[in-house]
Amino acid sequence: MNYISPVLWQFISRWLHDFPLFPPEASTIAPQADALFFFMVLVSLVGLTVVVLLIVGFSLLYHKRRHPHAVQIEGSTLLEATWTIIPLGLFLIIFVWGALVYFRIYTPPANAMNIYVVGKQWMWKVEHPGGQHEIDALHVPTGRAVQLTIISQDVFHSFSIPAFRVKREAIPGRYTTVWFQATRPGTYHLFCTQYCGTNHSHMTGDIVVMTPEDYRKWLQGSTSGASLAQDGERLFASLSCNACHNTQPDARGPNLVGVYGSQLTLSSGQTVTVDDAFLRQTILNPSQGATQGYATIMPTYQGQISEEGVIALVEYIKNLSTDYRLQQTLNTTEIPPEIEGKATGKASAGSGEVKP
Amino acid sequence: MSTATIVSLPDQSTARIPKVNFLTKENGLLSWLLTGDHKRIATLYLISITFFFFIGGALAALIRLQLLTPGAELMATDTYDKVFSMHGLIMVFFFLVPSVPATIGNFVIPIMVGAKDLALPKINLLSWYLYVIAGIMMIYTMSVGGVDTGWTFTTPLSTHYLNTHVVSAGLAVFVAGFSSIFTGLNFIVTIHKMRCPGMTWFRLPLFVWSNYAASVLMVLGTPVLAITLVLVVLERTLGIGVFDPAKGGDPLLFQHLFWFYSHPAVYIMILPGFGVISEVVSTFSRKRVFGYTAVAFSSVAIAVFGFFVWAHHMFIMGISNYSALVFSLLTMLVAVPSAIKIYNWAFTLYKGSITFETPMLYALGFMGLFTIGGLTGVFLGSTGTDIHLTETYFVVAHFHFVMVGGMLMSFLSGIHFWWPKWTGRMYPEKISQFAAVVTYIGFNLTFFPQFILGMLGMPRRYASYPPEFQVLNVFSTAGATVLGVGYLLPLLYLTWSLKYGAIAGENPWQATGLEWQIQSPPLTENFAETPIMDHEAYDYDWLERKQASEVASV
Repeated sequence: MNYISPVLWQFISRWLHDFPLFPPEASTIAPQADALFFFMVLVSLVGLTVVVLLIVGFSLLYHKRRHPHAVQIEGSTLLEATWTIIPLGLFLIIFVWGALVYFRIYTPPANAMNIYVVGKQWMWKVEHPGGQHEIDALHVPTGRAVQLTIISQDVFHSFSIPAFRVKREAIPGRYTTVWFQATRPGTYHLFCTQYCGTNHSHMTGDIVVMTPEDYRKWLQGSTSGASLAQDGERLFASLSCNACHNTQPDARGPNLVGVYGSQLTLSSGQTVTVDDAFLRQTILNPSQGATQGYATIMPTYQGQISEEGVIALVEYIKNLSTDYRLQQTLNTTEIPPEIEGKATGKASAGSGEVKP
Repeated sequence: MSTATIVSLPDQSTARIPKVNFLTKENGLLSWLLTGDHKRIATLYLISITFFFFIGGALAALIRLQLLTPGAELMATDTYDKVFSMHGLIMVFFFLVPSVPATIGNFVIPIMVGAKDLALPKINLLSWYLYVIAGIMMIYTMSVGGVDTGWTFTTPLSTHYLNTHVVSAGLAVFVAGFSSIFTGLNFIVTIHKMRCPGMTWFRLPLFVWSNYAASVLMVLGTPVLAITLVLVVLERTLGIGVFDPAKGGDPLLFQHLFWFYSHPAVYIMILPGFGVISEVVSTFSRKRVFGYTAVAFSSVAIAVFGFFVWAHHMFIMGISNYSALVFSLLTMLVAVPSAIKIYNWAFTLYKGSITFETPMLYALGFMGLFTIGGLTGVFLGSTGTDIHLTETYFVVAHFHFVMVGGMLMSFLSGIHFWWPKWTGRMYPEKISQFAAVVTYIGFNLTFFPQFILGMLGMPRRYASYPPEFQVLNVFSTAGATVLGVGYLLPLLYLTWSLKYGAIAGENPWQATGLEWQIQSPPLTENFAETPIMDHEAYDYDWLERKQASEVASV
C-alpha cells in the first residue's frame, strides 16, 4: 500500500481538478482547424447514431422471439445509392474544408518573420534573426505572423505545437516551413512527435507567447551580440568564401549580392529560383548548383558546416543587398585571396571585426 | 419454435465425433509437420499466431503499465522504445496480417469453393514454414536485445543511428512477407481454378470475395515491402546511400516505399475480417446479405483504391501541397466502400430473425467499433485536421479501433463461428457471450480516452508525458486490464471445449455455406463426392428444403 497510495492519490487529485479535455486555442488558425474538427465530430456522431439505431432497432424488432421467420430481401439500389452518395458528399465537404485549412497552415504570408529551427537528437535549437539562440524553447510575440524554417541535422523529427494546431516534420537535408500567428500569451507545449530514437520523449520544450512589448524586452535581454546574418558573415569570411565570391570583375565565383530570390541559369541550362533550399544545397553540394559561366571549382562543404552554420550563411546571403556589404566582408579577411587559393574550410574562425 | 437460439445440436447421448476426420486420419508429429492438408496447416497457423498474439499482448500490457504514471518509472526510455517496437512488429506482421486469411481462410476457403484442398498444398506448407522461420528470427531478435525502430523502420534512424538488431528484425519481416505472398497466391489460384461445378463468381460466399481482394493486395504490395527492407539492410550494412541525403539519397523515398505497402497492408488485415462479418451477420439473422454485389464489389474497390492513398501518411512531411490534395481526395473515396459495407450489414438485420450467439455479439461489436475507427480515419484523411492529429495518440486510437476493434473482433467472431466445424465440438455459450461483452467494454475503456489524449496533443511513442495527461492514461490502462481478461477467457474455454464441449454435429448454426453441409471435423478430402452448387449463396430456403427432404427420406 505504501507504494501504491501515492500513485493513487496523485491520480485522484488530478481527476478531481486538473484534467483537461480540450487543448488551448492560442493561434489564429486554431479556431479554424477546430471548427472543422467539430464539424467532423458532428458528422461522425450522426453517422454513428444512425448505425447504432439501425443495429439496436433491428435487433429488437427482428429478434427471433418476435420475428421467427426471416423475409428474404435481395437488396435495394435506391438504398445503396443513398448510402454511397450521402457519405461521399459529406466526405467531399470535409476534403475541401480540410484542404483550405491545410493550405492556410502551410502557405506563410509574405511579411512573416522567419525563425530557423534545427532538430537534432534530442533537442530543438532555435535561431532568431536577431541572433538570439534558444534550446528547447521558442519565444514569439502575439499578433505577428511567424514562419519557421525547419531542418533536421540527423533523423526525422517533428515540430509540434498542439495549442497552435500546427506541426511540421523536420527532415534531414531539406528545409520545411510552417507558420502561425499566436493570439494568447502563455506557455505551451512543444513536442517532437516523430519517433527519433532513445530520448524521443525528452525532446520537448516550451513555446512562450508574449505580448509585443514583453517580446521586445526579451529580444533585447537575450541577444548574443551579433545577429544571425552577422554570424553568417563571420563564417563566410572564416571559410574564405569571399576568396571567390567577391565583387571583383575577375572573381572565380558569382557575385552573391541580391542573388536571393532571383532567377539563376545553371551550367546545366536549367533555370532555378534561388531560395533557402537552393542556397543550402549549393553550399553543401556545389556541383549541382553551378552557375552558368563559372567553373565548377567550389569544394563541397558537406559534413564541414553544421546546420546552424548553413542557416547563418543562408541568412547572410539573403541579407546581402549591396556590393558595399560584401566588400566590407572582404575587408575583414586578413588572408589575401591569392595566398589562400581555394577555400578549404580550415581558416581560423572569427578573424577580425565584422562591424563596419 | 420461437426460441432465442438457432443452435441445433444432435442428440448428445448418441452423437459421436466422426471416427475418420482430418484430425484423426494420420497420427504422429511428422504427419502434421509434412502435411499438405489445408485444414491441418490452418491448425498449425492457429497455434502459432495465438502464441505470437499473447507475446504481443504481454508487450502491450507493459506499455500500458509504463504509461500509468507520467514519468519513465517502470522502464528506461530505451527499454520502452524496444517494447513498443516489438509490440508493433509482432502484432502487425505475426498476428494481424496472417490472422484471418492464414487460419480461418486457409481452413474454409477450399471448402467454400467446393475443392479438396488449396491449389498448391506444398506451397501452403512452405508458407507456414516461412512464417515459423520468420517467427524464430523475430524471437531471436527479441532475446538478444530487441530492436527500437518502431514497426515502421524509419530511415535514417534505422540505418544510421540505432545500434540495436535492425538487420535481423528487418530480415524476419522480409521472410514473413513471403509467407504472406504465398498464401495470397494460393488463394487467387484456388478461387480462379478450383471452384466446383455450378459455383459461379456471384455464388461465392462474401468471405471468399473479401479474401480474394486481400490476396491481390498481398501479392502486389508485399514485394514492395520486401525490396524496401532489403534496401534498409543494405544501407545499414554496406552504406549504399539510397536513403542517405549525404550521399544524394532521399529519406522520404523510404516513406513512400514503406507506405506503398503498409497502407494496403491495413486492408490486407481488415478485408478478410469483413468477410467473416458477412458470413456471421447473415447466418444469425437468417437472411441473405443485403446487397450482395455491392458488398462484393466494395471489397474490390477497397483493394484498388487502397493502392493510391499511401501518401496520406506523409501530409506533414514536406510533400507538395498539391500531392497532399490528391491523396486526401483519394482517401475520402476509399472511405466510401467501408460505409457501404456497414450499412449493408445493418440492413441485413432488417426483417431477419436474429439471435445473439457469441459470433454475432462479436460481429455487432465489430460494426460499432469499426464505424468509429473508420470515421476517425476521415479526421486523419482530411489534410487540415491531420496536421494537428497525426503522430499523436489520436492515430494510435484510430488504428487500434480498426485493427483491434475491427480485425480482432472479427477474428474472434470467426473463430467462435467455425470452432464447431474445426473441432467438432461447441464452445461453452454463456461464458463466451460474457467474454465478448467484457472485450467490448475493456476495448472502449482502453482506446476511447486515447482519442482525447491525441486531441490534447500527446505524441505517440512517448515513454513519459506531461502530468496533465495522466488521468486519461490511467483510464486507458484500467481498460487494458479488462481487455486482457477478455482475451484470456477464450483461450481457456476454447481449450476446455476441445475435450468437454458438446458434440456439434454437421451444422449447429443452420448455416448455408458448403462447409456446413459436411461432417465436423471434415474429412481430409473435405467432400466424399464433388459437390454441385445449384443455388445462390445464403439461400436459407434451399437449406430448409434440403433439410425437409432429408427428414422425409429417413
